[in-house]
Amino acid sequence: MRNNSFDIIVIGGGHAGIEAAASASRMGCTVVLMTMDRNALARMSCNPAIGGTAKGHLVREVDALGGLMGKIADETGIQFRMLNKSKGPAVWSPRCQSDRKLYSEVAVELISSFENITVIENSIVEILIENNVVVGVRTGSGEEIVARAAILSAGTFMNAIMHTGLNATNGGRFGEKPSVGITESLVNLGFISGRLKTGTPPRLKKSSINFNTLEEQPGDTNPKPFSHFTDPVNFPALSQVSCHITYTDSNVHKVLEKGFDRSPMFTGLINGVGPRYCPSIEDKVVRFSDREKHQLFLEPEGLESDQIYVNGFSTSLPAEIQLEALHKIKGLEEVEMVRPGYAVEYDFFPPHQVDSTLETKLIKGLYFAGQINGTSGYEEAAAQGLMAGINAALKIQGRKEFVLKRSEAYIGVLIDDLVTKSTDEPYRMFTSRAEHRLLLRQDNADRRLMNYGQELGLVNFQDAQIVQDREAKIFKGITACKSQKLNAKKINNFLESKGSSIIDSTETIANLCRRPELSLSEILKLDGLSEHVDISPLIEDELAMRQVEIDLKYEGYLKRQEEMIAKMEKYEDHYIPLTLNYLEVKALSTESREKLQKFKPRSIGQASRLPGVTPSDISVLLIYLKR
Amino acid sequence: MKFEINEDTIIALATPPGVGAISVIRLSGPSSFTAIDEVFAGKVQISSAKTHTIHYGQIIENDEIIDDVLVSVFRAPNSYTAEDIVEISSHGSPLIAQKIISLILKNCQIRLAEPGEFTKRAFLNNRIDLAQAEAVADLINSRTSVSLRGARNQMDGLLSSNVLSLRTKLIEVSAFVELELDFAEEDIEFVKRTELVAKINYILSEIEALLESFSFGKIVREGINVALVGEPNVGKSSLLNYLLKESRAIVSSTPGTTRDIIREEISIDGYLFRLHDTAGIRSSKEEVEKEGVERSKELIKNADLIVFIGDVYIGFSDELYDELRKLNPSIKILKVLNKTDLGIKRLYSEDFQISAKTGDGIPHFLNGLKVEVFQDGIYSERTAIVSSVRHYDCLTKAKKNLIRALEALSENISGEFLASDLRASEISLAEIIGEVTPEEILIDIFSKFCIGK
Ligand SMILES: Cc1cc2nc3c(=O)[nH]c(=O)nc-3n(C[C@H](O)[C@H](O)[C@H](O)COP(=O)(O)OP(=O)(O)OC[C@H]3O[C@@H](n4cnc5c(N)ncnc54)[C@H](O)[C@@H]3O)c2cc1C
Ligand SMILES: Nc1nc2c(ncn2[C@@H]2O[C@H](COP(=O)(O)OP(=O)(O)OP(=O)(O)O)[C@@H](O)[C@H]2O)c(=O)[nH]1
Ligand SMILES: [Mg+2]
Repeated sequence: MRNNSFDIIVIGGGHAGIEAAASASRMGCTVVLMTMDRNALARMSCNPAIGGTAKGHLVREVDALGGLMGKIADETGIQFRMLNKSKGPAVWSPRCQSDRKLYSEVAVELISSFENITVIENSIVEILIENNVVVGVRTGSGEEIVARAAILSAGTFMNAIMHTGLNATNGGRFGEKPSVGITESLVNLGFISGRLKTGTPPRLKKSSINFNTLEEQPGDTNPKPFSHFTDPVNFPALSQVSCHITYTDSNVHKVLEKGFDRSPMFTGLINGVGPRYCPSIEDKVVRFSDREKHQLFLEPEGLESDQIYVNGFSTSLPAEIQLEALHKIKGLEEVEMVRPGYAVEYDFFPPHQVDSTLETKLIKGLYFAGQINGTSGYEEAAAQGLMAGINAALKIQGRKEFVLKRSEAYIGVLIDDLVTKSTDEPYRMFTSRAEHRLLLRQDNADRRLMNYGQELGLVNFQDAQIVQDREAKIFKGITACKSQKLNAKKINNFLESKGSSIIDSTETIANLCRRPELSLSEILKLDGLSEHVDISPLIEDELAMRQVEIDLKYEGYLKRQEEMIAKMEKYEDHYIPLTLNYLEVKALSTESREKLQKFKPRSIGQASRLPGVTPSDISVLLIYLKR
Repeated sequence: MKFEINEDTIIALATPPGVGAISVIRLSGPSSFTAIDEVFAGKVQISSAKTHTIHYGQIIENDEIIDDVLVSVFRAPNSYTAEDIVEISSHGSPLIAQKIISLILKNCQIRLAEPGEFTKRAFLNNRIDLAQAEAVADLINSRTSVSLRGARNQMDGLLSSNVLSLRTKLIEVSAFVELELDFAEEDIEFVKRTELVAKINYILSEIEALLESFSFGKIVREGINVALVGEPNVGKSSLLNYLLKESRAIVSSTPGTTRDIIREEISIDGYLFRLHDTAGIRSSKEEVEKEGVERSKELIKNADLIVFIGDVYIGFSDELYDELRKLNPSIKILKVLNKTDLGIKRLYSEDFQISAKTGDGIPHFLNGLKVEVFQDGIYSERTAIVSSVRHYDCLTKAKKNLIRALEALSENISGEFLASDLRASEISLAEIIGEVTPEEILIDIFSKFCIGK
């Protein structure tokens, strides 16, 4: 029996799933969002925080493309901080603590506001295929739902097993069932699956912690929202709270060691590969045995919640060992554990099986997004969900695909890394992964992407127009600052007061701005400049001013990155047909031939990034493609 | 459809290295003409010359004439690659040709062509057909697979291992810098900037040493020091004279004729050899000869190669051989038996037979000398040598970016800018041995630091 026909089915209502559903729906598609618990949309499985280094960039980009994550984070944030503020602008990253419960509630509310999204609570067990094209899905209760495309974003749920000590339970998240059947149905079609693992720390009862003895970590005094569309007047929406810092010590480590013989990791019970950047506390104790202490952050789970998340104490040791160790930690002497930490093992599909649009190479109309592509983290998931939703909609509408370049966005870097390098451990975004990092800043996500958002129908014309108008101000402002000279008489007093060397006759604003000790806004506030036609708009628009300042201060570096991008561009734009049979290209080395055949890069640029493919292979390819 | 990948201009030696009376250097790409104008002095400016014309003039470096040359001009699209092409015919040895290439590379925004690149461009611009192009592809490929197997000569092998270790050190520095950026929130101690400076300086000094080893800088510019040694009267001076084609050293049948060291340079297939004719080594009471012998010994200690000459009468004395070994334990000693024209046939342990009188066997000996130096590599046993201009080019770029990184450090600029200089440097080294991925930097971080909350 087949009923209910939709354009797109989204399987999984996590961070990836809701972005996919929302973007596709906004672009005019009818969407059904299948999920196991309709009240758990965008549930934060692990820490109650959004953003952080490089992840914050992703949130800003998702937002500039009309995604949901930044908006929800702004509404539910209980502590906002800009990380790396002492460094240059490219590595500033916004982060917030969220009210876990509210986060999900706001997500549910937002999704229900979309008229053409139908949320169905049911588990999908099979994806239905005809002639290598998706035609629908089958639910656990045997119903078939028909659709033209399916986006799989099942997170950590597929054949998931949770471990605490030697106890293993089937389930993808505390209190939730695993998802069974999908992996098998896809492996039968020829997909390759793998196994990964991740973990989460215990949750503590807030009222049983002695915070008085602990170092407090408050949020920023003047917090900035994630979303470009959040009204700064009503921000932050919730009252703000602090985190606290404490440390483990050798006594704690000794207790933990007692449990090593019952660790699912060390006894080989878990086969999945875990993330190196997010090791469990037992891993840290073993691998860095020379360290006497490890830092822990006690993070509130919400304004009303009596739970505390122990960031840095992810563990799958037996529950009684966890508690005993916690009791040895300063401030936690009397602590009550609400729930022990656990590790979860789950299936994923090594991402060389998807194309840059996140559509699978094997089955048309099937898209993979989020944790199932081997990534880890809410932000990484959201970015993929958004892109999968957009591309599924574009394809159904017969429109041109939407792929972001590495030089345009972290989202581009993320997906390109996945499809060119695949991954055998959970992939997390870092700023160092972006070779054009200086240009991909959180402060210019709107300048980089909002236009696309508008073209796709995800961002309002008016909002995009504001960014466009600002662009003109920035351009004129830069030119003005480069030509407008200030004379010694007028400015030397100011320079002296800033501890900056005085000038002899005249100097351009641009050159003064390049001095690290001077800020553009201070210079522009000097007498007379507010009259200047191209400068006064900057004084009135803080955002434009900041862009001009960054551009002037770091001009040399930015130019160099732009040149590098220009040099690579022709390779990025040189497409390779997906149908190319590399095995026939005899002049390629055997290793490269196999690599290329496996990954099927979409451009010469991508081919050149495959590990093991040499510049000579690229020459050979270029020549071959001329045929 | 025209596939335009070539906004850059390339240069390379078009004639095979080491042979021929003239060498041809070819430039292809949009800046070919302006590049040649920078270094060429003739009646016409090349950039205003008509296509298919030839011009006489000089290549000038710092007011000094490097060579008289003929420059041929081919304007796009009527050229081999369908781009603007200049061909410089120089008379000199490949040495001079390489000097001209280095000069142009130094002055202009030009890079060295990859193997087969002119042909590749010719193909991409529809100047030649696929069959020809595929031959080129095979060529390109066979070269790399050889290099991948490490079957290239030792010199290259040593260079890559040197560059590889520099790259590893550079990754380590990058990791320290990235650590501060991506893991600022972690409870770890960041590396002090002074320590970064020290590490970068170390890498820089290694790169500089490599640059100095550049064959045209060292082996070739300075030449290979060859000591002609042997007992008195075996014909050392005669050999020198024969090679120079002039009577440079006094020759006589009196043993002990040569007293002071006579230095002369010869070029074998473009490579510079400095020959040192020495006093025949024997114990002498005579003051001047004694001093001469001392100088010979000093020379032997510092030479790169010893040509041990014996003659058909006496052969090679074991005593002298042992003494040479003692003076310079690691040096290669070539035994050359002279005076074969005398028709005396005795068996000695010689490597080569020659006659300094008739010239018999001398070409073979000279070739042996060259092979000894460049394939078996008396140099490679000691240090890595940069022998290709392309590698030199890459190392120079790597160096430039490291210097910029040091400047950035001194200005106390934020880490991500520093990282971009370091990365640029890594890319240049990678062009010699393969790509550095951000993943490698992250791996280094994770292996060294306790990351993760
Ligand atoms: C224990 C644990 C620890 C973690 N630790 C970290 C960490 O330390 N650091 C970090 O960055 N990230 C961590 N994460 C990962 C983070 O939670 C995920 O990266 C993120 O939630 C992935 O988003 P997603 O949308 O891909 O999937 P999820 O958020 O997992 O959402 C999946 C959704 O799919 C639904 N679903 C699954 N199968 C089906 C089906 N068959 N039919 C219908 N619906 C289905 C589920 O109900 C759920 O709503 C952890 C996750 C867990 C569970
Ligand atoms: N027949 C013949 N005679 C040679 C040859 N080479 C050198 N002689 C003769 O050998 C004698 C010594 O030659 P020199 O070149 O002076 O020898 P040397 O080794 O430099 O001697 P000292 O400088 O005295 O150590 C001369 O009479 C040469 O003419 C040769 O190849 N054949
Ligand atoms: Mg002599």
